[in-house]
Amino acid sequence: MISKEVVEKVAKLSRLNLDEAEIALYAEQLSQILDTMEGLQQIDTDGVVPLAHVLPIENVFREDDVGQCFRQEEVLANAPEQSDGMFQVPKIV
Amino acid sequence: MTISRLTIHELHELLVKKEISAVELTREHLDRIQKLDGDVKAYITVTDQLALEQAKAVDAKISAGESIGTLAGIPMAVKDNLCTKGINTTCASKMLDGFQPQYSATVVHKLQAENAILLGKANMDEFAMGSTTENSAFFATKNPWNADCVPGGSSGGSAAAVAADLAVYSLGSDTGGSIRQPASFCGIVGLKPTYGAVSRFGLIAFASSLDQIGPLAKDVTDTALILNAITGYDKQDSTSAKYDYPDYTKALTGDVKGLRIGLPKEYLGEGIDPEVEAQVRAAAAKLEELGAVVEECSLPYTRYAMPAYYLIAPAEASSNLGRYDGVRYGLRVQAKDVVDMFCDTRKQGFGAEVKRRIMLGTYALSSGYYDAYYLKALKVRNLIKQDYDQAFAKYDCLIAPTAPTTALHKGQNQDPLALYKGDICTIPSNLAGIPALSLPYGLDKNQMPIGVQLLGKAFAEPTLLQVAYALEQNTTLTRLKPNQGKGL
Amino acid sequence: MKYETVIGLEVHVELATESKIFCSCSAHSFGAEPNSHVCPACCGMPGMLPVVNRRVVDFGMKAGMMLNCDINRVTTFDKKSYYYPDLPGAYQTTQWFAPVAVNGRVDIETSAGKKSVRIKQIHMEEDAGKLVHDISEGTTHVDFNRTSVPLIEIVSQPDLSSAEEVEAYLVRLRTLLRYAKVAECEMAHGTMRCDVNLSVRPAGSDVLGVRTEMKNMNSIEAIKRAIEFETARHIDALENGTEVLVQETRRWDDAKGKSYAMRNKETAGDYRYFPDPNVMPVVIDDAWYEAIQNSVPEFPEVKREKYIALGLTEYDAERISESIMLCECFEEASEACGNPKEVVNWITSDVMRILNAKKMTYEMLNLDNQALGKLISLTGDGKISRANSKKILSAMFDDRSIDPEAYAEANDMLIGEQNDDMILDVVKKVIEADPKSVNDFKNGKEKALMALFGKCMKELKGNCDPQQLKVILLECING
Repeated sequence: MISKEVVEKVAKLSRLNLDEAEIALYAEQLSQILDTMEGLQQIDTDGVVPLAHVLPIENVFREDDVGQCFRQEEVLANAPEQSDGMFQVPKIV
Repeated sequence: MTISRLTIHELHELLVKKEISAVELTREHLDRIQKLDGDVKAYITVTDQLALEQAKAVDAKISAGESIGTLAGIPMAVKDNLCTKGINTTCASKMLDGFQPQYSATVVHKLQAENAILLGKANMDEFAMGSTTENSAFFATKNPWNADCVPGGSSGGSAAAVAADLAVYSLGSDTGGSIRQPASFCGIVGLKPTYGAVSRFGLIAFASSLDQIGPLAKDVTDTALILNAITGYDKQDSTSAKYDYPDYTKALTGDVKGLRIGLPKEYLGEGIDPEVEAQVRAAAAKLEELGAVVEECSLPYTRYAMPAYYLIAPAEASSNLGRYDGVRYGLRVQAKDVVDMFCDTRKQGFGAEVKRRIMLGTYALSSGYYDAYYLKALKVRNLIKQDYDQAFAKYDCLIAPTAPTTALHKGQNQDPLALYKGDICTIPSNLAGIPALSLPYGLDKNQMPIGVQLLGKAFAEPTLLQVAYALEQNTTLTRLKPNQGKGL
Repeated sequence: MKYETVIGLEVHVELATESKIFCSCSAHSFGAEPNSHVCPACCGMPGMLPVVNRRVVDFGMKAGMMLNCDINRVTTFDKKSYYYPDLPGAYQTTQWFAPVAVNGRVDIETSAGKKSVRIKQIHMEEDAGKLVHDISEGTTHVDFNRTSVPLIEIVSQPDLSSAEEVEAYLVRLRTLLRYAKVAECEMAHGTMRCDVNLSVRPAGSDVLGVRTEMKNMNSIEAIKRAIEFETARHIDALENGTEVLVQETRRWDDAKGKSYAMRNKETAGDYRYFPDPNVMPVVIDDAWYEAIQNSVPEFPEVKREKYIALGLTEYDAERISESIMLCECFEEASEACGNPKEVVNWITSDVMRILNAKKMTYEMLNLDNQALGKLISLTGDGKISRANSKKILSAMFDDRSIDPEAYAEANDMLIGEQNDDMILDVVKKVIEADPKSVNDFKNGKEKALMALFGKCMKELKGNCDPQQLKVILLECING
């Protein structure tokens, strides 16, 4: 069972501002969903390699060559707020 | 004959013979969109000006006597999570409303190089999370077969556009069934290629280790033609596979004699609509009749695919969606300090399902739970892959349902867990990275299409196309068209 | 009571690659316009994917070898998640599960004697952007030029116990990484940064005290001051109960000479590491490993001993081996001219003088070392005068392609063997024009000879072996 406190902590980690109703709803839904995950614990996975990459591809590199960057105005083209050639955000408190 | 009903290969002949121009073909589709998409709501953005310009260019080539590729002049749609330079790319999210990337996805470049005509950007579940397209932040898409039903998802707009003849074909993305399930619900062909066969560069990520781009088409030949255009190594995607990609149309022989086909029992029985199961068995019987060897087989870890998937995919998503923080692009909700700005922007920018999955994924990765959840899921993922490896040592292809049911009714399922369970037939192949194709195969008693799924080992797309083509050539069950009166 | 300080360091070093770690933007943006070294990938635009810069792995391995580490033959990249406006994807790609190098050792020497500092690991990762505060009130501005510049983080075990040892360790790290040519390591440029983990305990105790982490020291001197301040603060707290020590991150204010607790980020510490699905594992085979191993230079001590054996003084051997660039200059020039002692004289006088005048560090030395050897040979053989050779060396600093012999010839600086007659002509002319000096010399004024000699040399534009000129001059005066 996922408590409201855990939901609040996870929301904070996720940078999601949730209201009370959402917290209650997610506490219930995440509990249900995670209950079904418990089945995984029954499987013996000793010695099984975790599969992070499904294809056996390794050593994918680019050479250390400098390519084209974007121009400053292109970088900033979608910025919600900008000045002085930089993205502007509210002060970090 | 209505030209909008035709396939790529049929239209290509008409274009080459100059019986129709690319502009006429494009206009026909734009007119249909104008007339019908108010109901279907397959498109978020229609790029009519661009489409006509592209069509004119193709006509110029044809009249200059230049030879054109099979996709040239054929109007299509792409899912709105594929970046299109200078064209809104929203992922059906308020977070990216109005976002115009300054680059295009590799697949978009490839189709442009083939002189494909882009009609617009197709609706989807927000950030590809969902199986009904009801999670779009803008509007729900309707199923062209029955306006009260969902088209499936997350590539619901891409599927509905093709089924309603609002595009000749489309591209979708498939993380846990998001191409195949809507193809099944809408009565068209959908293919999730092998992981690594199609570059993900420019695909807005949901779960990077599972996402794959693929075609939704009116028949198997079209599917092969699209695959020819979009597969290939791309140095911009480190997971792109260096492979000698074949001409997929070579697989369209119609012959399945001697092919070994497995019918995994875990994909049948409990939880599967009997009508769906009956059609899967009918398709298997048909293949047997055509000379294939069909056997029941077992993939014992299948039942663990759903829990493993719903840990891995949300975990990756929680990280991939961290970038939407209001700093550089997209939605910004102003606040007095930066943390509040992050939290309020993400509160307002994301819909409920996206938030739910971010929460789930963050939880699965957080300290104290990583080993029990995420790491365990990666190990189970390996067991599921090994299941397939063993099966494909014996069989060339597996046959199974695409989805447990036909199209759901709108708003039918408010319970997220019940919806997640609807992905059981499609999820395992994403976890294993293998190709899988959904082929329409008849209708249920409500006149809604049923999809049959074919699965193969990595890079066995030709086998899937071969089997699907044999079915297509030997039955009338695969070329389905919605009853226009009821659907539209 | 007697106390001992226990210090572990986390040192971030920018790798000296041309491009960034996951995209091809230039990694050198020092002093550039903000957001001018940025592309969609390194500013976290949707749909972008990383591709690893091979040289970053080369440099990571090489750094590991310099610090006596074991190299992980399979090394992988992981995502570290946290939200900060200078971190475009809300995650940093780093190495958590299988860092490139582990279990190393750095040997240092201080007044307390020799010591080995154990290295826990070296991992490769991307840098974050830069924040500029208060351009206008209540705002922060973000510049992503530095985002995705490759870093290695060198994590030591808590084996250091004083500011002096920390200094020795940092200097040694810097020397070794510069030797390997993988990093600039200039704290003033931010290409070397250091976080100090410090705790204090009663001497001899094997229980660690409360640990604090200090950030924001911009020089080795500042690090030493910070360690001394923090040690005193800890001891004061233990001894006098002035405050309760808590595990926290503190910011060093060098101007005030104090450390301050940083505001605790609400969720700090839960970084949710997991393997990055978009970056494939790096597998280092024997051929690659050996290629990097073969590129690892001799250590400074080895070079110093070798130089002493060549006949250099201990002082000179020490000076040269301080920098790999001086070593290379010395070794290559010696090889070319066969006279190491003469080369070291040149390096410690002319070369260093020019570097000084140009305000260049040893690491910026960019001479053609073979050409330098040739110049030294030509000068030693009397083909170029010492005065002219200095001019040529100066020119060689500005233009690496200069061949000293061709340059001397083109500028009338080459001393030919056939010009005895020409010298004689000049000497006769000078003597005729200045009988007073001739007389003065004959009357015992040695300085008068130098004046005549100087005038001849000037007429000859320096193109003459001084010894030869002196002989001819004396012959003429003495009839």
